Amino acid sequence: MQISCFRFVLLCVVPILLAPSGARAEIQAAPASADDVAELRKEIVALREEYNERLTALEARLAAVEEKTGEQPGVAPPESAAAAPPPAPPGPAMPAVPAALSAAPSGGDQAAAAQLPVYGTPTSKILNPDIGLIGNLIGASGESRGGSESVAPFPFMTLQESEASFQAIVDPYARADFFLAIGQEGIEVEEGFVTFPVLPGGLMVKAGRMRANFGRLNAFHNHTLPWIDRPLVMFNLLGGATGDPDTGLKDAGVSVSRLIPAGNLFLEATGELYQGDSGTLFQSHQRRDFAVVGRLRTYADITDQTNFETGVSYARGHNDAGSAFTTELYGVDATLRWKPLRRAIYRSFVARSELFWSRREEPDLRHDAFGLFASADYQFQRRWFAGGRYDWAERARDASVRDHGFSAVLTYWPSEFSQVRGQYRRTRYGDGRTANELLFQVLFTIGAHGAHAF
Amino acid sequence: MRNKGTLALLVIALVGTARGTATALNVMTTTEDLASLARAVGGDRVSVESIARGYQDPHFVEAKPSFILKLHRADLLIVVGRELERGWLPPLIQQSRNAKIQPGADGYLDASLNVRILEIPTGQITRAMGDVHPLGNPHYWLDPGNGRRIAQTLQQRFARFSPGDASYFAQRYAEFDRQLTETATRWDAMMKPYRGLKVVTYHRSFPNLADRFGLDVVGYVEPRPGIPPSPSHTLDLIQEMKRQQIKIILVEPYFDLKTPNAIGRETGAKVLVLPPSVGGVKEATEYVKLFDYIVNLLATAIKETGAR
Repeated sequence: MQISCFRFVLLCVVPILLAPSGARAEIQAAPASADDVAELRKEIVALREEYNERLTALEARLAAVEEKTGEQPGVAPPESAAAAPPPAPPGPAMPAVPAALSAAPSGGDQAAAAQLPVYGTPTSKILNPDIGLIGNLIGASGESRGGSESVAPFPFMTLQESEASFQAIVDPYARADFFLAIGQEGIEVEEGFVTFPVLPGGLMVKAGRMRANFGRLNAFHNHTLPWIDRPLVMFNLLGGATGDPDTGLKDAGVSVSRLIPAGNLFLEATGELYQGDSGTLFQSHQRRDFAVVGRLRTYADITDQTNFETGVSYARGHNDAGSAFTTELYGVDATLRWKPLRRAIYRSFVARSELFWSRREEPDLRHDAFGLFASADYQFQRRWFAGGRYDWAERARDASVRDHGFSAVLTYWPSEFSQVRGQYRRTRYGDGRTANELLFQVLFTIGAHGAHAF
Repeated sequence: MRNKGTLALLVIALVGTARGTATALNVMTTTEDLASLARAVGGDRVSVESIARGYQDPHFVEAKPSFILKLHRADLLIVVGRELERGWLPPLIQQSRNAKIQPGADGYLDASLNVRILEIPTGQITRAMGDVHPLGNPHYWLDPGNGRRIAQTLQQRFARFSPGDASYFAQRYAEFDRQLTETATRWDAMMKPYRGLKVVTYHRSFPNLADRFGLDVVGYVEPRPGIPPSPSHTLDLIQEMKRQQIKIILVEPYFDLKTPNAIGRETGAKVLVLPPSVGGVKEATEYVKLFDYIVNLLATAIKETGAR
């Protein structure tokens, strides 16, 4: 880099230095006598010699510099060293990109070495985490509060949450992911955890605040859902805080997972230990009121384009009735996916269902509640998706109250980075009232946009 | 008490079983082109499998858990790089629980590090440009020169993994190099009369191919990379093609042919489904045969349309 700059400067400077001297000579020579001309010639010759000397000196210095930094990559494309080098490419030869430009971490320090010193070393920027922001504007009309004030109320318009993500490799052993949910009430750490992906014994360990691996949907962030809202069963049985549209099991803890060898069958076991505080579901009254979550997940390809995934989950924690009372959750989930490889960007289909059982202990009695959702989504054009969802759920604190509903969803993707969605939701609440609502959502992403989980 | 069930799960999770050790080097590649080059150099001393199929859009591959299993067992992972696999590969690598193939490790090989990369954007890059690749066009393998460079990189890496087979790999590389040079001369001769031929392509998948054989790509069916065709852009393109008398439209096998066909009808241009990868059509079973197929297809079409 330095060398080529130097060369460039040299190439520019030399003609500039030489040119005006010639021009000056011409102007002065016109009215002058023969003697003057001879004098001037001498001067020019002297000047030229001087410049030649300077030039040689500069070239010598250049050569010295080149020799010193000769092993630095990036000036010439590394040609095949074998007997037959590749035929010269037609058209203007373009140098290969220096390795320093590549995304590989090994290139980073070389790029830095070639830069001039500036305030804040360039590496500090290279090593910044990937930052992304996702805006999630939600609108609702119709009987917005439905029959129940407590079940997922949506206001007329709200920037429900903006999710800021910060993701980077920590060191050769770990990476870190932070997701901050910036809502109208403030900032909450939605997730913030470190992952050790390659521990001995084939273990992967995560530690921090996480959405628990309970069932399939619980780990999804709001903006990756195939709907605007979360299924009723998640409000009723995986209890978020009242009025908080973002429900689900999330807490601070440690997660350990491992692949279980089973031939060509994908089998993954996860065990998680949490502090024991999650929305209205779990409440920790003392230190040993921790919560545990376990999950066994299996996946198989049926054909190249169709696959099936299923899992069972278990969670247990203490509830708000006191340290002596626990809530246990059992879950079963299944997902069927279809995506033709050749037309993958135009057509796809996903059907999923999850069933949850909740057993909540209270001072005099025990509540056994059940709930489920089942949904299907079909992509019928490159940018269009249509889907539907059926909800049925008893309430964890009073299983005799049953809510059920149906949603129809239409999604449009202008690009990978934005999404417009409409959802019609009809819910029949357990207290006898019915809500008809039209929900509307605009999602937009700026900055880093990580890969979507499968 | 209830914790017992969960603890049992944890115990299952922690019980390890030794992984089977295979004699051949277990190589995974992201695309079939890299797989073909790896087979050419590695012969029977490596077993190679590709994640994506050649007729699949390599930008959009599903990160299926079955791939996690395959990466779990891999000794070496070869990627196209330049952010081509950005949308699906990182979670697969992370969940593979395989230290050997993590980026930065010896078993992670970015094939793009010493090839010729075109279309490296300069100046401000924004997503208004569509799905732009800041590190240059990642469809770089469609140039025999780059194929040779990749093969050479593979030879060196294989030799590092199995030093005992180094001479075997060197010999296979030399054989591949000879074959490629020989056939490339034939391709060059076939394409020589058509230097400067103007074509339109769907996506920016063929810059290296065009550069090598002197094709002039004057337009794209996509208004911007990764953005599907829009009516106004299509009309502009039709006018431009009529003005410049462009008779060839190249389309990758994974794109919808509706718009290209409509443009073809309007302008009299021929729509060619050109596989950018090995396995894109059944005739293109390996790297050299891919070029055979492409060059033959192009030459035939040019003769048919009388394009110039």
